[in-house]
Amino acid sequence: MSVALASPAPPRAAVARNAFRWALIGAVLLLALLPILNRLPADSALHVSDFLVSVTGKWITYAVLALAIDLAWGYAGILSLGHGAFFALGGYAIGMHLMRLIGPRGVYGHPVLPDFMVFLGYRELPWYWLGFDHFPFALLMALAVPGLLAAVVGFLAFRSRITGVYFSIITQAMTYALMLAFFRNDMGFGGNNGFTDFKELLGTPLNTPNARAMLFYASLAALLGAYWICARVVGSKLGRVLVAVRDAESRVRFLGYDTTRIKLFVFVLSAVLAGLAGALYVPQVGIINPGEFSPGNSIEAVVWVAVGGRGTLVGALLGAFSVNALKTWLTSVAPDLWLFALGGLFVLVTLFLPRGLVGLLRRREP
Amino acid sequence: MSAPVLYLDGVSVVFDGFRALNSLSLVVEPGELRAVIGPNGAGKTTMMDVITGKTRPTAGDVRFRDHDLTRLDEAAIATLGIGRKFQKPTVFDALTVFENLELALKAPRGPIACLRWALSGEARRRIEAVLDETGLQARAKDRAAILSHGQRQWLEIGMLLMQDPELLLVDEPVAGMTDQETEHTAALLRRIAGGRSVVVVEHDLEFVRSLGRRVTVLHEGSVLSEGSIDHVQNDPRVVEVYLGR
Ligand SMILES: Nc1ncnc2c1ncn2[C@@H]1O[C@H](COP(=O)(O)OP(=O)(O)OP(=O)(O)O)[C@@H](O)[C@H]1O
Ligand SMILES: [Mg+2]
Repeated sequence: MSVALASPAPPRAAVARNAFRWALIGAVLLLALLPILNRLPADSALHVSDFLVSVTGKWITYAVLALAIDLAWGYAGILSLGHGAFFALGGYAIGMHLMRLIGPRGVYGHPVLPDFMVFLGYRELPWYWLGFDHFPFALLMALAVPGLLAAVVGFLAFRSRITGVYFSIITQAMTYALMLAFFRNDMGFGGNNGFTDFKELLGTPLNTPNARAMLFYASLAALLGAYWICARVVGSKLGRVLVAVRDAESRVRFLGYDTTRIKLFVFVLSAVLAGLAGALYVPQVGIINPGEFSPGNSIEAVVWVAVGGRGTLVGALLGAFSVNALKTWLTSVAPDLWLFALGGLFVLVTLFLPRGLVGLLRRREP
Repeated sequence: MSAPVLYLDGVSVVFDGFRALNSLSLVVEPGELRAVIGPNGAGKTTMMDVITGKTRPTAGDVRFRDHDLTRLDEAAIATLGIGRKFQKPTVFDALTVFENLELALKAPRGPIACLRWALSGEARRRIEAVLDETGLQARAKDRAAILSHGQRQWLEIGMLLMQDPELLLVDEPVAGMTDQETEHTAALLRRIAGGRSVVVVEHDLEFVRSLGRRVTVLHEGSVLSEGSIDHVQNDPRVVEVYLGR
């Protein structure tokens, strides 16, 4: 028998994994340099533009979202096509805080109410806006609200053993319903204009090099934290249970695991990470509106993970950065082509690269 | 002799008027390895379904030690210590042999407990013991996807052993195996029995012979003959309905 020959050579795989780790550390260090290089005089050869810093900061939050999706989809087999909703809810929570910080500096000069409320004839702040003038509370809500929503949707779906494409459809419906709801003016979230014209965060005026650097490093720290959490989960026995659930859920149930609880745990964790990503995204782009809930956004984020390689954390990062770099470039040279490129990319990856870019680089086992 | 582990008496199962089991009686002693044979449709799988709670008997007694199995559901019966190996092996392809066994090991099964789980020396010893018992030691670090058909079956038996059952039910373990794998499986089952009781359903008579233990022949839902393989092979009734065909 060819037993000994069939097993993969562990040393080479280990070397590859080490190389990956070093590439990752190098990439993080390089990223961390960007805001510093931004401060160099504009004529210096190493100077990087404000645009590059802010666009990279945005991609970092996308990478956090990609990790969140990969944890649920790549490992536990839960394909959520509604993670954009968790991301947007996190963004709205921080957006509410940023709106409260505008204070009397709005166009209407009202001491408490944001402009859109004055415009719509609100007399006082709705109760669910209370507390959002405090940053820690807003941040907590940015994590808790997505987590809670995921807990409810996940509980109902997993308990009824709704899996696969049916679950994906439910999550699409969820984000679509939220989009319609947030479009309404009487929801108290600014209707289709959403929130914008933010002034400052944590005492730092936005749209300044300082604010850019602060948000950039906060995002980078969040990415490292999210990566650490995901790596812990994936590397533990829980990670192996997730993979087992992905491949043969009923068998895991026969082994005595409550797969509903297991799936709920990772789905909620994943939604919380998506909320964190959204909370860091909004102050950097300076706007949040119901468009963030659009079903296409969630699908696009899933494509990042598919392109990078689901079921590997590095793949999620690689996908988020590479697809978004492509998007930024393409939308500047040929904006109309982007959706076709995205669709084509997805088809190509599904047909020829089931394990994504990482699979291409690793070429290890089948 | 101590009390029997498994005790079936007068068990009948009727499906829409068809008697799949007809007043079947069977007693399995602690540590015994029992082979059950019989032509297609004799009721072998139905008997296992009754023991594991998947099918309720229409009449009769089914006892495991001093528990009345007819009152318990499948999960409760599994936790009592009855493990069942289905015909189609289901192991987790993406995980290594070691990890497959680790998942089957008795341990707290909540998400947080799994997240904080650290492999203790005791747990490692238990896994190593089953690796030895199943002969999969050399493949411990390989993913289950690259195992041979036989090795996958042994891994699944190993996963059952991790749960430390007192009684193991094995349905047609050697179907599709090479001669060498069949031999290995017979040795494995002989090794496993002793510490626990094992009931094996099998068509392959050579395999049953190599087990070398007590054989029960089922026919039309009841016991036709019981004894050593030589005894049943020479029993005229058995020759007529099964071996003679
Ligand atoms: N759920 C059911 N409903 C109706 N009839 C059934 C059901 N399960 C089994 N039977 C019938 O009961 C009889 C016994 O079936 P069983 O599967 O126990 O036989 P077996 O001895 O395991 O046969 P084989 O050697 O083919 O596996 C068969 O005739 C089968 O068609
Ligand atoms: Mg059968």
